[in-house]
Amino acid sequence: MKLFEARHLSRADLSELSFSLSESELVCLSGPSGAGKTLMLRSLADLDVNQGLVYLQGVQREQMPPTEWRRQVGYLPAESRWWSETVGEHFPRVQTDILSQLGFQGEVLGWQAERLSSGERQRLALARLLSNQPRILLLDEPTANLDPVNIQRVERLVTEYLRRHRAACLWVTHAADQVERIASRALTLDTRGIAEESTA
Amino acid sequence: MIHLSVFDLSLAALLVVALALTSARIYPGLAGQLLVAALRTAIQLTLIGLVLKALFANSNLLWVGLLSLLMLAVAGREVMTRQHRRFAGRWGYGIGVVSMFVSSFTVALFALLVVVGNEPWYQPQYAIPLLGMLLGNTMNGIALALDRLTQSAWEQREVIEARLMLGHSASEAVSGIQQQVFRSGLIPIINAMAAAGIVSLPGMMTGQILAGAEPVEAVKYQILIMFLIAGGAGFGTLAAVHLAVRRLFDERQRLRLDRLQR
Repeated sequence: MKLFEARHLSRADLSELSFSLSESELVCLSGPSGAGKTLMLRSLADLDVNQGLVYLQGVQREQMPPTEWRRQVGYLPAESRWWSETVGEHFPRVQTDILSQLGFQGEVLGWQAERLSSGERQRLALARLLSNQPRILLLDEPTANLDPVNIQRVERLVTEYLRRHRAACLWVTHAADQVERIASRALTLDTRGIAEESTA
Repeated sequence: MIHLSVFDLSLAALLVVALALTSARIYPGLAGQLLVAALRTAIQLTLIGLVLKALFANSNLLWVGLLSLLMLAVAGREVMTRQHRRFAGRWGYGIGVVSMFVSSFTVALFALLVVVGNEPWYQPQYAIPLLGMLLGNTMNGIALALDRLTQSAWEQREVIEARLMLGHSASEAVSGIQQQVFRSGLIPIINAMAAAGIVSLPGMMTGQILAGAEPVEAVKYQILIMFLIAGGAGFGTLAAVHLAVRRLFDERQRLRLDRLQR
């Protein structure tokens, strides 16, 4: 049984697509902008109206409360949003090991969310998502605003997380070198739909 | 009681005309609106005066009921048009009407049957003004709250969705907005109650006193009305916000801004 599976996923502004993820798999997704990568991730997280069958460990999403589904199928958008004053108020539980792997110390939880730099926001948003301990990670360009050191930190953290939690990840990226470093498989999405990329 | 002539009212109307002329220089469009509104006041109040006169002459439950429903329908339309981003379709009208009906009518019935205890209870001299005051205030509270709610949801959609993504429920995701909205709906009546008698003499009481009523009796009615308005406007706002939040999300707790009119 696949860990995560989407069959005939479709919506008004996206052509029908099917794919699946196995345990510990990190699948990179690329494709021209406007092809619908973000729409696809939003649909998988059940944030927009969409049709098709989506399963997590064989359980159909409609059989799970939406809150539980979104905790298990964690979506990290390209731009993170912060609503409370301090960083810590956004975390359901504190996991200092994740923070330290991303180059932060515990004091970061007391920082003003408004004052974070774009790179800090991006890394902290990933830490916030992981503190829900999702089985599936849907990451929309998670290293777009990061310097090489932090790109490496994020890549290492996610790979390790997948192994430790027997989770799986769909990672949107445009960087070919990144795909080469981290991907177990690579998919491309264009107007014709989703396709397996032949790895050279 | 001193009777007012048409000439007396025309003198007061000069004030509005003067204001319209002055404001035309600062904001041209406003003068027209001001004059139309003043004209509407004169016509609508004259008409309702005639209607009430006829109604008082033969108090009949059917007529009282029909007039109440007409007032409700107009209030519902008013709530709808005051919204910048209202719900599309029948919800745009329905949420306001249903919550006003539930709160204002219940409170009016309670006041007429339990508190005032007239014979018959629907005596129009009490029923219509009471319902009118309740509807007017509830309408303001609900219109304000719904406008704020849809506007804030629109502006803060990314924050709301960010919380949904992290597994928060729809009600958690809008809890902050909901608090603000509920507060904005209740602030007018809280302020009115706090300032009553010190800063302002409420209109109804003033009217009764001008008409020759004994001040302490007028005050008792004013207190009654204030409490009824607080209950009606408060519960009405609560109901409207509750219905609107439910409509903003679907059964999968997705934020559905597509349900608002563009």
